[in-house]
Amino acid sequence: MQIRVKVNGVDYTHEIEPRLLLVHYLREFLHLTGTHVGCDTSICGACTVQVNSKPTKSCTIFAVQANGCEILTVEGLAPNGELHVLQEGFKEMHGLQCGFCTPGILMTMTDYLKNNPNPSEEDIRHALKGHLCRCTGYQNIVKSVQYAAAKIGSKEEVPA
Amino acid sequence: MIPVVFEYKKANSVEEALASLASGGEGKLLAGGYSLIPAMKLRLNQPSLLIDIGDIPALKGIREGDGEIVINAGTTHNDILHNDLVQQHLPFFYEAAKLIGDEQVRNRGTMGGSLAHADPAADWPALVLAADATIEITGTSGKRTIKATEFFYGLFSTQLQENEIITAIRVPIPAAGAKSVYLKFENPASRFAIVGCAVLRLPDGKTNIAFTGVADFAFRDAGAEKAVSGKTIDEAAIQEAQNAAVVGVDILSDNFASEEYRKHLAKVYLKRALHAIM
Amino acid sequence: MSTTNGMIGKSVKRVEDKRFITGKGRYTDDIVLPLQTYASFVRSPYAHAKILGVDLEVAKAMPGVVVIYTGADVAAINGVPCGWQVNFKNGDTMKEPKHALLVEDKARYVGDAVAVVIAETREQAKDAAQMVLVDYEELPVTVDAAESVKPEAPLVHDLAPKNICFDWELGNPKEEVDQALADAAHITTLEFVNQRMVANAIEPRSYNAAYDAVSEKYTLYTSTQNPHVIRLLMCAFVLGIPEHKVRVVGPDVGGGFGSKIFHYPEEALLTWATKNINRPIKWTAERTESFITDAHGRDHVTKAEMGFDTTGKILGLRVKTYANLGAYLSTFGPCVPTYLHGTLLQGLYTTPKINVDVTGVFTNTTPVDAYRGAGRPEATYLLERLMDLAAHEMEMDPAELRLRNFIPPFDGVEQPGYQTQVALQYDSGNYEGVLTKGLEMLGYKGFRQKQQEASQNGKLLGVGFSTYIEACGIAPSAVVGSLGARAGLFEVGQVRVQPTGKVSVFTGSHAHGQGHETTFAQVVASKLGIPMEDIDIVHGDTDSVAFGMGTYGSRSLAVGGSAIIRSLEKIIEKGKKIAAHRLEANADDMEFEHGQFTVKGTDKSVSFGDVALTAYVPHIYPKDLEPGLDFSSFYDPANFTYPFGCHIAVVEVEKDTGKVVLQRFIAVDDVGNIINPMIVEGQIHGGVAQGVGQALFEGAEYDSNGQLTNATYMDYCMPRADDFPLFETATQVTPCPHNPLGVKGAGEAGTIGSTPAVVNAVIDALWSGGHQVKDIRMPLTSERVWRAMQTPVNE
Repeated sequence: MQIRVKVNGVDYTHEIEPRLLLVHYLREFLHLTGTHVGCDTSICGACTVQVNSKPTKSCTIFAVQANGCEILTVEGLAPNGELHVLQEGFKEMHGLQCGFCTPGILMTMTDYLKNNPNPSEEDIRHALKGHLCRCTGYQNIVKSVQYAAAKIGSKEEVPA
Repeated sequence: MIPVVFEYKKANSVEEALASLASGGEGKLLAGGYSLIPAMKLRLNQPSLLIDIGDIPALKGIREGDGEIVINAGTTHNDILHNDLVQQHLPFFYEAAKLIGDEQVRNRGTMGGSLAHADPAADWPALVLAADATIEITGTSGKRTIKATEFFYGLFSTQLQENEIITAIRVPIPAAGAKSVYLKFENPASRFAIVGCAVLRLPDGKTNIAFTGVADFAFRDAGAEKAVSGKTIDEAAIQEAQNAAVVGVDILSDNFASEEYRKHLAKVYLKRALHAIM
Repeated sequence: MSTTNGMIGKSVKRVEDKRFITGKGRYTDDIVLPLQTYASFVRSPYAHAKILGVDLEVAKAMPGVVVIYTGADVAAINGVPCGWQVNFKNGDTMKEPKHALLVEDKARYVGDAVAVVIAETREQAKDAAQMVLVDYEELPVTVDAAESVKPEAPLVHDLAPKNICFDWELGNPKEEVDQALADAAHITTLEFVNQRMVANAIEPRSYNAAYDAVSEKYTLYTSTQNPHVIRLLMCAFVLGIPEHKVRVVGPDVGGGFGSKIFHYPEEALLTWATKNINRPIKWTAERTESFITDAHGRDHVTKAEMGFDTTGKILGLRVKTYANLGAYLSTFGPCVPTYLHGTLLQGLYTTPKINVDVTGVFTNTTPVDAYRGAGRPEATYLLERLMDLAAHEMEMDPAELRLRNFIPPFDGVEQPGYQTQVALQYDSGNYEGVLTKGLEMLGYKGFRQKQQEASQNGKLLGVGFSTYIEACGIAPSAVVGSLGARAGLFEVGQVRVQPTGKVSVFTGSHAHGQGHETTFAQVVASKLGIPMEDIDIVHGDTDSVAFGMGTYGSRSLAVGGSAIIRSLEKIIEKGKKIAAHRLEANADDMEFEHGQFTVKGTDKSVSFGDVALTAYVPHIYPKDLEPGLDFSSFYDPANFTYPFGCHIAVVEVEKDTGKVVLQRFIAVDDVGNIINPMIVEGQIHGGVAQGVGQALFEGAEYDSNGQLTNATYMDYCMPRADDFPLFETATQVTPCPHNPLGVKGAGEAGTIGSTPAVVNAVIDALWSGGHQVKDIRMPLTSERVWRAMQTPVNE
């Protein structure tokens, strides 16, 4: 089947099998390997991307379902080289270790911060429910999100 | 991780979807996909045709009808969570939506998909039961409605026929002064319900109590309801309801909760729910 | 060590982060090679079954299939080796069955590989694998370690009667320990299971093997913690191919926690097969496949008895453990329950008599090996559960009981190291210090009051302690060799100063989350007085790095970092000669600080960069000196390092459901000197989360048929963000006396200390409610805790 998608602002058209998952399409057809696969059962969240601005587990959607959609992956989060404030937060607050789960978390939490610019620690932990991280114990991930929220708050504007 | 080969059809309308369903073969409807796709990836489910109903405009949205809130079946959990009508009239639906899965699941999973799948541990079945909702089903011969209380009958089993689609859920707006609550004891791994208890108490004292996670399918607990309906809810009534609850039910058992413990939890959560609406 | 630019002890932000947060990390599965093919394994669905036949006819005809191999094709190839030999008490060597790349006659656990399909695409490989028809004859199954040694248990391997791989003991003669316990005023006895864990690095195992027919060279990309070890084991012990013709690359690796130390059959199989088909082959585990084939951790069945005198002084400890090794010996399988467990049973205490007896047992389960902490968490769990339980039983304060039994402080310099009853000599310690600090952070004085109050409100509050020690920086080759290691355990560090004064460091350590690219650069920057940006840390590629033993056992900085220090010292020494020559001074009169070589007592100096350039452009140069500035060192330490600490958990237990909520977690760790506090703290956080995971959430559940019933994340409970409070951490510094950095290692501390603290806290909560339970089996699910509260209340 043919699909047309816009990924990180670029239009693509490909002929694909219906059973191809979006995550495999992104990784193998577009070589966007920042989106990872960590499980088979839609729990770990490592594959999270934004489909039409909504965080979505790209392992639980077939590429054909994304036909006509706009997709944002971690590679598109900071297109002109400057880090997104949440990416900066992860670096500043040591929010990552092995880095495998990080892109997925970034894709969920950048959207989350748009809608919840002033979250409590509890809110952040709840929002991270769709992600597994085995390295950090989540503590510095929470702090990274808090860092970004504080920075967004002080600027009084929500970044993309 | 990789499903077997299947054919994919995108339906742009309910009629198109019905036509595809009627075309024969092992057609399966794909809404949010959060139950179906993992099962396909593990090759536990191998449909030969997937009919994608995820983008049918008529299946989206929530509106207020004649004394009821109509939730179109393709509405996502997050759309329900963030809906003003739901927050205003059906606060227990709001509470439940918040507890479903995670942000990404709520973005794609739909109420209709959840009801059709009828996972014994899903949240929505308890809510539609407690709310005395009606499920609107469309088939090739037209629409029919069925009461939620008559919809579920077994493990992953409902009155939905193979060539039908759930198109809407009609939830009566509870009279002013009604109280409602949904409480859930989560499975720590999957975050599905080990026990979910939904309670709606109407101003006249009629009390609807539904459980999910406890048995093969979600159910209204007539015994517990009888103990508190029309009566003042006090500690004695709650105790009576606990005694009467989950009687004559085949209770599930798994790694996280044995039959005995699950039964105990159901009673504890009933008590907490009744306390919450006292 | 002297610091010249303040880089030591500074929370420098990680240099590796940028590639990960922008999606530019390069993990094995990200690598696609020209003419790539894909492998899919056919695995036994039965825990124990004869293989009567394998029918490939249908599968071979499937689209895209390149080749299919079965056990018969690899029967002549050695199995994957075990790297550690443990002997029976009578001196016999352990039973060591072949761990074949593909099994031919019999499958011994669910997941044992029977065949591999290699095809043009991943989808085609998977589709064809499903069509490989294997005729099995099911055999009776044995799962539990203690049950498997009984005469009626089915045999996993004919060569191991009663399924015993080894029986082993350590410590004082058993009669002496029996006597010590006979003399005791009180004996605390605990029979418990330290349950089987799944490491669950979020990156599944992944391999990509390629062969170049022209150079006759193999390349294996592998998600490993130790590329050189994989190369050595695979070349020398399995495939018999020349090591210099094999390049093993461990690119970015998404977490290991032990499970990626081991040499797995899939690595060798793909490397062998790639030459046959002359095309690269990639395999990446699916999550459920990871669950059933990644080596598991822990799984001990133990009875422990500790005797005390009337004042609470420990008189003796007797331990019997059945350790489940799974169906085959994984790389370090036998070492974990013996030399990494028995040797730690001294703990922090002056226990005069200790005897530990361990039986290693084969079962029809996934092989068991090191998982974060490896043996030391099991030892700590045993001791620290005994201590808190003994305090309850003797009606003593658990902190006071520990203080009465601690080994007094010693720095390993003025005061000698502490010789244990179980073969180790601790390097340095101040055990009272960490407990005292922990109690302060907890506000222990007010705690018991709060505990009383909580009980009135339907909740039980509990506090649990754990004061642990671990042996890290694994370590002196001579020592581990005498204990059965079949390899050395040194580390290699090469420092190459480029002509421009920029520095490339090649380390045999491997980072998969630990931040070596930052920490090691800090060490180098500090020692050479140059900016971090001028330093590149290279690791994970056998073609770049001379040799290495890899990263596990919290050894990277203590051993790998020390190797780099040795090379830096050589660089500086040579630099002094070059500088002295240029300044027309004597090399002995040179000093090096802040990146400047200076003639002592003068202002005559030359910069590090100038010296580097001179080394490569040796126009004005000492006659007897070689050009260049590039040194390699093999560092073999004098001893293990012994980090220690105090972990305290506060939990709340719901009386009506048994649900446990971790309210507070306090960790005071002494990991010696600290190079990067931010990274150390991050290691502690992650370690604690895993330790709490074992206490409350995780555990592999086998049924009696040998099926792993929770082999997905829907069923195996991985801790999530909302399961934890903010951990409260602090450090104490007792430097390691025997390595140049004074560091001890921080990778495993969190996991080792935390598990018993949490379980002790739950038990304490229950005792406060009158439920005098000795043990609740981990993980402490709500139901298990609820059941424990159904016991009669003792007022």
